[in-house]
Amino acid sequence: MVWQTIKRWYHMLGSPRYFYTFSSALLPWLTPIALLVFTVGIVWGLAFAPSDYQQGNSYRIIFIHVPASSGALMGYVAMGVAGLVAVVWRMKMAEVMMKAIAPFGAALAAISLATGALWGKPTWGTYWQWDARMTSMLILLFMYVGVIALQNVIRDPRQAARAAGLLAMVGVINVIIVKYSVEWVQTLHQGSTLKLVGESTINPAMKYPLLISMLGTWLLYAVNVLVRARTEVVWRERRSKWVRKLVKGGGQ
Amino acid sequence: MNPVRKQRLLVVLAVLIGLGIACGLMFYALRQNINLFYTPQQIAAGEAPLDAQMRVGGLVEPGTVIRNPETLDVTFGLTDGKGRFTVHYQGILPDLFREGQGIVANGTLVSRTRFEAEEVLAKHDETYMPPEVQDALEKAGHPGASKADPKGGEKEYTPSGY
Repeated sequence: MVWQTIKRWYHMLGSPRYFYTFSSALLPWLTPIALLVFTVGIVWGLAFAPSDYQQGNSYRIIFIHVPASSGALMGYVAMGVAGLVAVVWRMKMAEVMMKAIAPFGAALAAISLATGALWGKPTWGTYWQWDARMTSMLILLFMYVGVIALQNVIRDPRQAARAAGLLAMVGVINVIIVKYSVEWVQTLHQGSTLKLVGESTINPAMKYPLLISMLGTWLLYAVNVLVRARTEVVWRERRSKWVRKLVKGGGQ
Repeated sequence: MNPVRKQRLLVVLAVLIGLGIACGLMFYALRQNINLFYTPQQIAAGEAPLDAQMRVGGLVEPGTVIRNPETLDVTFGLTDGKGRFTVHYQGILPDLFREGQGIVANGTLVSRTRFEAEEVLAKHDETYMPPEVQDALEKAGHPGASKADPKGGEKEYTPSGY
């Protein structure tokens, strides 16, 4: 039953035309919700959450650093899954999605590295150390850039998607290394504060704004992916009847 | 599933599993080199080379920090509960440097018990809480107040937890 529903959704959203209609209905709702959640989380974290017993106010960069990092990691996994579907099933919407996911993820990875460096200077005493977490995060940024480059360097979009899809899939191995580097080897970077299993080592007064800003960032990412995918769909289907009709009708 | 897709899926899975295993083995083999620093236990066991540039990491042993009031010289004991040695450093320490704090030092091991540091970095753990909670924990005489968890529950002193 559940499997049937998933399968139906897969086929429906696999149709560029259906995706366009579906996202047209979804975006007017999702965009304000994403902006609201993000603003609440960031303002609460930066202005109202209590300061830390060790780091004082400089810890507040966590409300940007952690959401950006988590978004970059999750985005890469999503891109890897889209890559798998694009390579094995040759589904057009998966190719579109892969292309839509990459830029925001790359930006988040860059933000994560930049905020991490700014945070490192006052707390550790250095902007950068070649420890396992930082190095693997830098590789993640390079993987994103590599996927974007591959998509653009091959002229045929379908062939480009297959090459980029393979790179996206392989790069998921690096995501696992980023995630567990702080547990497997000695690093300067701290271990995970938010834990999937077991209790998080952060006071609730700081945890809730952090979780909300994470959710807000993910929602903004989703909005960005939908908007980019819509543009790509319209471009790819520019010769089809429904897009011509759409353009003539002024986008209605 | 369509046989062509099935074959593609199998090829892709084989590539991913193969690469995954290769990366896993490489990471495992290079683990010692990927570690950012040597622990006091490793130094006590003689795993670290003498007179070579390297990093060490551990907790600053409480009550061992000696500052020279005339210069910027400072010495302190570094421990992980299983080994200890003395670190000498000349320079400005990071703000988070304090007794019981985890640090990473870059320099050379001149003997099994003495490390000459050129750079000292402070580590911080994954615990975040407001100062009032920390004060309350200390007032209550909580044994783990300096490394307490934010809920105020018991947390073991873990030498590897820096």
